Amino acid sequence: MASTTDTHRDVPQRAGSDWLRDALPKLVLSPSLAIVLVFVYGFILFTVYLSFTDSRILPSYGWVSWLNYDRLFSIREWKIAVVNLLIFGALYIVICCVLGLALAILLDQKVRAEGFIRTIYLYPMALSFIVTGIAWKWFLDPGIGLQAVVRSWGWESFTFTWIKDSDMAIYTIVIAAVWQTSGFVMAMFLAGLRGIDNEVMKAAQIDGASSFALYRRIVIPQLRPAFMSAFVVLAHMAIKSYDLIIALTGGGPGTATSMPATFMYSYTFTRNQMGIGAASATIMMMSIAAIMVPYIYSELREKK
Amino acid sequence: MAGSSASQQVVRTGAGARFVIYTILILFCLYYLVPLYVMVVNSLKPLGEITSGGMMSLPREWTLAPWHSAWSTAQVGVEATGLRPFFLNSILMVVPAVALSTFFGALNGYVLTKWRFRGDTLVFGLLLFACFIPFQMVLIPMARMLGLMHAAGTVPGLIFVHLVYGIGFSTLYFRNYYQQFPTELVRAAMIDGAGFFTIFRRIMLPASGPIAVVCIIWQFTNIWNDFLFGASFSDFDSQPMTVALNNLVQSSTGVKEYNVHFAGAILAALPTLFVYIVAGRFFVRGLMAGSVKG
Repeated sequence: MASTTDTHRDVPQRAGSDWLRDALPKLVLSPSLAIVLVFVYGFILFTVYLSFTDSRILPSYGWVSWLNYDRLFSIREWKIAVVNLLIFGALYIVICCVLGLALAILLDQKVRAEGFIRTIYLYPMALSFIVTGIAWKWFLDPGIGLQAVVRSWGWESFTFTWIKDSDMAIYTIVIAAVWQTSGFVMAMFLAGLRGIDNEVMKAAQIDGASSFALYRRIVIPQLRPAFMSAFVVLAHMAIKSYDLIIALTGGGPGTATSMPATFMYSYTFTRNQMGIGAASATIMMMSIAAIMVPYIYSELREKK
Repeated sequence: MAGSSASQQVVRTGAGARFVIYTILILFCLYYLVPLYVMVVNSLKPLGEITSGGMMSLPREWTLAPWHSAWSTAQVGVEATGLRPFFLNSILMVVPAVALSTFFGALNGYVLTKWRFRGDTLVFGLLLFACFIPFQMVLIPMARMLGLMHAAGTVPGLIFVHLVYGIGFSTLYFRNYYQQFPTELVRAAMIDGAGFFTIFRRIMLPASGPIAVVCIIWQFTNIWNDFLFGASFSDFDSQPMTVALNNLVQSSTGVKEYNVHFAGAILAALPTLFVYIVAGRFFVRGLMAGSVKG
């Protein structure tokens, strides 16, 4: 695009200004496009390339073919990270959707102070995951949090040590993440509910459909677009989860709550295994692309 | 959203059902409020009251000392500076990054809707997908690039990073908004001889208030709350608030000062909470536009 700048000097002034007028919008757009092409797509290609090299502490360009991927999939922490992501992602998406939908339906019943309640449900979304992580880290801490509080209330044998338990710690991340995001999913479903045609519902009611049948047969099927959007947003947030894990468990106990994002960071910057780090980032990228590309493609096609 | 609610509900609910509905809704209010309550209450009591199992009770002795400590004397990393310098870093980073990305987003949205050209949907698709990539994918080359630009570990470096990865969303907002804007007005102005920038300044910008608010809130929240870039690309002197807060909580070597941690967490949350409470309507619209497009 930039190379054509020289050509307009040779043509007469008038044509030059016409050319400028035609090209101006593209010129205005081009810095952003160039930035994205270099810093997003160029960088993606670079990282993919690094994943096939023997890079350790610094990028290095010795080609090692699929070696990093072979090694990646034999590392125990990576297996843990992938299993964690599957557990976390599934629970996070399902619980957020169920809770969000239930709360949206309840809030849609001409509730008093709806705006106020909505504000309370949604405010966690304004917080940093670091803040959320710290709040839940200490609240779930057996020494001072929930367990200590319940015991101080007289239930001496009450035990809640999930956050210190390698098998259960991943579920504390689900708890905190659901707390942060479910209100937002509620808002998405509420917007969807408000978009449904009242007449259909009234007609169904006249035909004697119960409230339950009404929601199951008529309302929820019409919320398909909201489900789609919620799924895409939640899935991509799950794959990118990093801050919350760092603040809540630091990936521990041990490596029990590792996820691909924390794995990538620790292998690249702490353990100096840049090739393996790049390979893990590439796998993350592929999984997000598998979700986002069809979604964006269909959204852009519908618009036309 | 609130305006259309009046005539929506058609399911008849009896008194019993309404009681159940309100009970559930209020229980969930408590669920969402408990962590905030924990943070606020415990930031106002001496450490001893927390460690003796009183996390849920109101302070017996109210104190602002944890707040003072979190703000100006707590040990963050090596020095006992409190979180204040990092709060300032975050502000110095957020303001230019938000302004620049919003400005470019407005221009891009204008071009993509009112000066359409062959391949514009592809360009938009490229910008859009860039919003959703896992940033792990760009960490390594970006670290190299900032080094080459002599911006590694500086606030301007962070501003640049946030600008680069913020443009996609701002473009998305303005493009979806400008798409609804009558193209006839733009055509008429063109026939009257108005140029590209004149139309932008005189016709588009005056009508852009609502979307600008949405975009600014979205970018502000995202950039203020960012941790990954801050942790990857800042030195001790340029750390943003989230990174410093995490260091405060994770690295405390001696006694864990939970009350100071909670005060620090609230300090980090205040700016975005303030924006949410003052402009919640726009905040929600921003969230929705970022997911359910258009």
